[in-house]
Amino acid sequence: MRKWTRRAFIGAGSLVGGGFVLGAGELLFAPSRQSVVSADAAEKGQLTTWITVTPDDLVTVLVPHCEMGQGTHTALAMMAAEEMDADWNLVRVREAPALDAYANAYMLRAFAGNIPAPLVRGVDWGAYRLARWFGTQATGGSSSVRGTGQYGMTVAGAAARDMLLAAAAARFGVRMSECKAIRSRIVHEQSGKSASFGELATAAAAIPVPSSPALKRPDSYTIRRTARPRLDIPSKVDGSAIYGIDFKLPGMLHAAIEIAPVYGGKLTSVDTTPAETMPGVKRVVRLDEAVAVVADTYWHARRALAALKPAFDDAGHGNVSSASIFAAFDKSLGAPPTMPKNAAKTVAADYRVPFLAHATMEPMVCTARVDKDRAEVWAGVQDPLNARSAAASALKLNVEQVHLTNLLLGGGFGRRLPFTYDYIDMGVRIAKAMSPVPVKLIWSRENDIQHDYYRPAGMARFAGALDAGGAPLAVRSSYAGGGDGESTFMPYAIPDKHAAARDAAHPVRTGAWRSVLNSQHGFFKESFIDEMAHAAGKDPYRFRLDLLNHAPLFRDVLERVAALSGWGSPLPEGEGRGIAITQCFGSIVAEVAHIAVTPEGKLRVLDVFAVVDCGDVVNTDSAAAQAEGGIIFGLSAALVGEITIAEGRVVQRNFQDHLMIHLADAPRITVEFIKTYRRPGGLGEPCVPPIAAAVANAVFAATGIRVRDLPIKNTPLSRQTKTSA
Amino acid sequence: MAIKITVNGQTHSLDIEPDTPLLWTIRETLGLTGTKFGCGISACGACTVNLNGRAVRSCQLPVSAAEGGEVTTIEGLAREGALHPVQQAWITHQVPQCGYCQSGMIMAVAAFLEQHPQPSDEDIDASITNICRCGTFARVRRAIHAITQR
Repeated sequence: MRKWTRRAFIGAGSLVGGGFVLGAGELLFAPSRQSVVSADAAEKGQLTTWITVTPDDLVTVLVPHCEMGQGTHTALAMMAAEEMDADWNLVRVREAPALDAYANAYMLRAFAGNIPAPLVRGVDWGAYRLARWFGTQATGGSSSVRGTGQYGMTVAGAAARDMLLAAAAARFGVRMSECKAIRSRIVHEQSGKSASFGELATAAAAIPVPSSPALKRPDSYTIRRTARPRLDIPSKVDGSAIYGIDFKLPGMLHAAIEIAPVYGGKLTSVDTTPAETMPGVKRVVRLDEAVAVVADTYWHARRALAALKPAFDDAGHGNVSSASIFAAFDKSLGAPPTMPKNAAKTVAADYRVPFLAHATMEPMVCTARVDKDRAEVWAGVQDPLNARSAAASALKLNVEQVHLTNLLLGGGFGRRLPFTYDYIDMGVRIAKAMSPVPVKLIWSRENDIQHDYYRPAGMARFAGALDAGGAPLAVRSSYAGGGDGESTFMPYAIPDKHAAARDAAHPVRTGAWRSVLNSQHGFFKESFIDEMAHAAGKDPYRFRLDLLNHAPLFRDVLERVAALSGWGSPLPEGEGRGIAITQCFGSIVAEVAHIAVTPEGKLRVLDVFAVVDCGDVVNTDSAAAQAEGGIIFGLSAALVGEITIAEGRVVQRNFQDHLMIHLADAPRITVEFIKTYRRPGGLGEPCVPPIAAAVANAVFAATGIRVRDLPIKNTPLSRQTKTSA
Repeated sequence: MAIKITVNGQTHSLDIEPDTPLLWTIRETLGLTGTKFGCGISACGACTVNLNGRAVRSCQLPVSAAEGGEVTTIEGLAREGALHPVQQAWITHQVPQCGYCQSGMIMAVAAFLEQHPQPSDEDIDASITNICRCGTFARVRRAIHAITQR
């Protein structure tokens, strides 16, 4: 395959050696750009989507998103192949290179779904400019299918099919409307003539790009809505998949690093001689905030680094602790929210959630080669364009002087998103010190746990009021640690709902952690509504359902999860069920946790039932996998996960004290998807937020103990259990 | 002093410090990168390989402990072009997500099934302690049962 360049991107129609490529440039200059996407979508953005058809009949889909196990590559290829009526066995997928041309307006557009139609034009244009401005080619916000897929892949696939139909009609001497695409062939049934996509590709390249290709009706789908094996899995069972950490160059050196333990701290002194005399060591490199050992192997670098005793300052944050941060949160929240005078009963509660690390299984890695005014970087990141820009800025080069190759990610969860590229920043500076020799920097697990962009810790103070009949009059809260309209949204018909942000700054570095602000607020709001239900003397499921008559989508999801979980059926002593429902990234998810607590207080989550309305599901099996994965990820956080701060630094160091659940702790998980034609919502994140509240609510049902601080392990549950409601 | 180890049926004589962990010997000296580095303290199991038929976490095991032994890594699990039943089950049940922990997971399960041809859920819970952040546990369990029920 020849090298993709910006020039090829804009101009390509036919490929050297035959075949055709459908690219952004073609569609951008189509006469009626609006109608290519839809009547109301007036993007000025280029289609960040490419489809290539080669004479060997292979359809290659170029995807501008990374694959980190979420199944995006396969799902987006399915969306394009569906519209083309391609033979799925002949479809391949590749990740788009890190070039400006792939800046992803579609991701940002996925967030504009709820904006009134007259405003969409402005938002799209603004979003596209924003994407180009920040150099975004990100995979995050559960956006790939609902953004790039829905607005890019389907349209590009339909356009490609129409071009192949037109080429076939010309070749057969028949009308295009009499031809059909069937499994990578164009067929003219009356004459019996047919030709394969590959045979037609070169001629199709010369056909003008249609301005408004018709999209298939969802009820005629044959590829979407089925379970297709993920294209990336075979390489992940035989060791052949190449992640960032596996990348090799001839003559490459290896680096291990120790970073100032307090964020913002600087290296004050280090005696480098103990490392310099050790086997394989090439150089000790001092950075402002770290010291690195570069050696012939990573093991040599790591062992020599352990011989150093660097001193760092604490950036003036030596007094910061989890206790001081939560004390500041507490102070900022002030008095409990006031409640209406006509309330028959009021409820009040405070909730706390800790910082959390992403702890991707692959630690942070950056390989770089810096030679005068050029740099090459190899890494696994969620946004290759922004990572390239981080490298350029660290080296004081222009982005055009840096080439970045994205490799497979051993987990993302938000840790490898834009503006979190400290490991690339450090990696290229070390490589510059060793220029022109390439260097691979591998973070230790300790580096990773102690130098994350943590899920923000947070605290919320709630008050609620009920009338004499147990109907809610008001829910008011203040919160510290971050939140927004989506994360604090409660779907319930409660006359007076209000959530107020408070500010309590701290120096701990934070970032996006799978579901961003929704994991904290999902726990807060769905725990509190449960407390309201119990205060009203009502069943927590019925109480919620009665408040959702105006919201049929929520109601449907909630009713189905109750049915799926056998809600209300009797349970043995010490067991309980808890329910929670949240909406984020365009999808609604309700979960029921069924738990057991021994008299000694040992908690076990037996079953989790989830009902998901994420719109039209593309790949049914990988969708279920995302739901299962989101639940387990959220469950680790709910049960045992926490990062604590003492003397300005992170206390936890590695997997012996940064805890997560194992197979033995994993519940049975049953997932059901709502069947709907509604356009796709996100799925990578939306199954995370409900689980902590579902489990805490189940613990209350089983024991009468209300868990208001996460992780649950910190609340003693060792008391006499009572029969659940 | 040269150390002799056999990896995936091939014997190597390596000029290497005896305290070098087996993990880095496999990854860096032999260039087999399917075996992963996860924690360096034998806690996560991403580095699991088989040594003389037993699953071992290679990140803290000195290469000297494998001297004269037979090591199998993920690259050597398939025989004569046919995937090992665990690898096949991992595809059938679409187990991996990011996949980074799965080399170790597969090696751990392959060795486990040699010892427990008909494992109960309790056996699985006690023996398969690898960490997976993507949350593939339910599928790991399902795939193990599918292999043993054939």
